[in-house]
Amino acid sequence: MKMSETKTNLLEAPFELSYKYKRSSGPVMSKFFEALGDKKILGTKSKAQKVFAPAAEFDPQTREALTDLTEVGPGGVIESWSWVHQPSDHHLLQIPFAFALIKLDGADTAMLHMISGCQESDLSIGARVTATWSDTPTESITDIKHFTLEL
Amino acid sequence: MSSDQTPKDYRESLIHLEYQYTAGSATTTFLNQVKEGRLVGQACPKCKAVYVPPRGSCPRDGIATTIEVPLTDKGCIESFTVVHIPIPGNPIVPPYVCAMVRLDKANISFLHLIQGVEIEDIRIGMRVQAVWKPKEEWTHSLENIKWFAPIDEPDIDVSTLRFKEA
Repeated sequence: MKMSETKTNLLEAPFELSYKYKRSSGPVMSKFFEALGDKKILGTKSKAQKVFAPAAEFDPQTREALTDLTEVGPGGVIESWSWVHQPSDHHLLQIPFAFALIKLDGADTAMLHMISGCQESDLSIGARVTATWSDTPTESITDIKHFTLEL
Repeated sequence: MSSDQTPKDYRESLIHLEYQYTAGSATTTFLNQVKEGRLVGQACPKCKAVYVPPRGSCPRDGIATTIEVPLTDKGCIESFTVVHIPIPGNPIVPPYVCAMVRLDKANISFLHLIQGVEIEDIRIGMRVQAVWKPKEEWTHSLENIKWFAPIDEPDIDVSTLRFKEA
């Protein structure tokens, strides 16, 4: 560790903390991620025909295990959004964008993702958006690059 | 689970955090001394407990530890553990021993390595002394001490180390 003195004569140093780990997506979420590689978004359907998207493994209200996968989207409506004026290095998009809760067509729950390719003033709750896919799928949530307003 | 979903079921992930650490006044004072090869704790003006490394305040009395207390690099092993499992990125090859080292006159201990002794001979209460890196390698870090090694002095009964209100 290389420490340097600040203007107030206090020591400080940059730190980097990094952990690699292997994580299991489980039988339901694995199918969700695999489907993303095929440009498909899957939800799970409960006995009461409620569709959770992104796929959920359990219904939080009934505690029912969910295994019945069903395709949703790729279009949907904005339920809520928040504009990011100045993306930081850690954001996946380096131009101003919105984080948004998007209720995909056929789903009863909303999914958090990004909306790009528009101005803040173009957005409104209820506006229609659709998925823009990555050209290099990795079977992860970033296979959806972002959502874009439907014309 | 069927076999077609097992291998793909695990994905490698990465948690990565970058941040700026600011030491604060007590740790800055301490590390500036460590850079010169000295261990200086701080004492509470009320209960007189000596903290090393100092954090600037006494958790017992909730007041600033304003008294500087020079300490030696000798102490005893208050507690220890033998590490058998390698930690990714850690260059030390197991098995090795991590110990809570209680410096003489101090009322708290800190974690450091114990070397220069067979693992089976390490015991609680054993007297140890710091083994320093060459002076030209000293920085603002307790890593200036390579490890603590046993010295030829009688063991300490660690139950006598319990803090007694002055």
